[in-house]
Amino acid sequence: MTDERILEVTDLAKSFGGVRAVDDVSFNLNRGEIMGVIGPNGSGKTSLVNLITGFVKPSSGKVLFKGQDITGKAPNKIADYGIARTFQVMRPYGSLAAYKNLIVPLTSPRVKRATGGKLGDRDAVAIDILEEVGFERDAYVPYKVASSLPLGYLKRLELARCLALRPELIICDEVFSGLSMAEIATMVPVVERLRINGITLIMIEHRLRELFSLANRVIVLNFGSKLADGPPDEVMARDEVKAAYMGTEVAATC
Amino acid sequence: MRTDTGFLRNLGKRRGSQEDWRRERLDRGLKVRTEGLYAVSSWREILYLVGPRALLVLGLLLLPVLAPNLYWQRVLCVAGAYALLAITFDFLANYVGLVCVGGAFMTGVGGYVSGIFTYYLGFPWPVSILLGTVLGAVIVTLLWLPSLPLRGIYFAILTFMFPFLARGIILALDAFGGTLGLGPVYGADNIWVENYLVIAVMLVAVFALRRLVGEDVGILFLGVKDNDLAVLASGISITRVKAKGLFIGALGGCFAGAYIVHLYNFMGTSLFATDFSILPIAATVMGGSGTLVGPMLGALILTPLSELLRGFGQLRVVLYALVLIGFIMFKPEGIVNWLTRKYHQFEQWKKV
Repeated sequence: MTDERILEVTDLAKSFGGVRAVDDVSFNLNRGEIMGVIGPNGSGKTSLVNLITGFVKPSSGKVLFKGQDITGKAPNKIADYGIARTFQVMRPYGSLAAYKNLIVPLTSPRVKRATGGKLGDRDAVAIDILEEVGFERDAYVPYKVASSLPLGYLKRLELARCLALRPELIICDEVFSGLSMAEIATMVPVVERLRINGITLIMIEHRLRELFSLANRVIVLNFGSKLADGPPDEVMARDEVKAAYMGTEVAATC
Repeated sequence: MRTDTGFLRNLGKRRGSQEDWRRERLDRGLKVRTEGLYAVSSWREILYLVGPRALLVLGLLLLPVLAPNLYWQRVLCVAGAYALLAITFDFLANYVGLVCVGGAFMTGVGGYVSGIFTYYLGFPWPVSILLGTVLGAVIVTLLWLPSLPLRGIYFAILTFMFPFLARGIILALDAFGGTLGLGPVYGADNIWVENYLVIAVMLVAVFALRRLVGEDVGILFLGVKDNDLAVLASGISITRVKAKGLFIGALGGCFAGAYIVHLYNFMGTSLFATDFSILPIAATVMGGSGTLVGPMLGALILTPLSELLRGFGQLRVVLYALVLIGFIMFKPEGIVNWLTRKYHQFEQWKKV
């Protein structure tokens, strides 16, 4: 792991009316890290993702990606710089076959620049990427209409769509949620492989066991502000984190 | 795959209790992996695929010949213009995700632009129509650019208002002849040329658009329609994609306007008539949305029907309403979708 800063978030905040959805959150991310973001429901995890990726304009604060200020830029610009994200509520391009879903990112300006416009057979590339995230390489599944795919495949498709963009940073918004234990077991190596391939990841998760097996660092959000930041076991040992997650009485008896 | 009997002879015949025969769908051997990807291995299968398309082309080419008199040939011209508007509506609504209820604005802009070229500048009509189509589409796209971030019904409402706005401005400024309009705008003045021109453009539009939606740009259009946020997250500007789609669609609408001006030899505010916005929707619902061919057929059926009811005047709008309600209630998929499904269900007897 190098110490190169890939993402620097400083005092990022967003108010919706009187609600501080994200309240002065700051953190740094080094290249090659997998950082988990955890917190109770409504603690501002997805809002944080939306702020970083430009889908929501921050009220104040600063986001630097590789030293470049990307605060408040258009989402397509930020994706173009190399930040891909998955969506918590998956909406694939339902009327297209699964592999055709990847044609969209594969025709993006970023991929065109990276390949000099010579990607070759895009359909073949798309199927390679699908295989990378755990689609069977057969004459059936990748060709199915995306809206008919089961949840497990949709999550993988989300990840594949990010991967096709050749990003440097992927922000995963609950890719494990709703999956069975068996599906998660096959998904974990996929994420692990992304890190090995040099992609930095931010993972929003509720599945703590799986997250902690992947992440080397975790930040905890509660009511929009950062509660803790550090290695998983260290963070989870802290009282205020237990209190936020399980309620104060339980934390007191732990 | 070897079939023992010609399917044409055996369509629909029951073979009773012979155990060594079974029925198989005709498209069974054709569809290998996915919709739209075929493996063709015999002349029968080629016929099965080409047949409907050839029938469509032949049928359209024969229409002017079959028309009983000049009046119905003129009706065919108008029907062709409506068909192009319907194709445009279907393309924008079902392939780009822009529900555009402003067909009249396209005909108006296309019509006035091409009319100006012919009337004031004395351009020959083919050049004027071409200029009206392309420049008109550019103007429509630019004027609607600010409304492209809107979705669904909001975009529909805004586009619906534009023809009224344009008409109001022309009347208020008394521009281009104001209320009276301008004429004569010389066109081909040959009914056969006019007939076949619109039929050719219709066919090109349908087949070109069907090809286009399978290409990369068509996939981007569908992507924007299905999930525009994911397209944004892929580093692509959705406004640009929508603008491209709108431009392509507006080409059809503006051609219809330019064509009508040169058909009637007249341009006036009637080019912004609400009919141009509404009938294409009824035609799309009737013909089958998302098929491109369907809306065209729908318009070719609805326009003559509405001509027959000309005596009833404004009551014709009731006809559109009835068609819309009837199809939405009893056959929401539309004619062409229904026919396609039935066609794919044709079976043949095969020896086991």
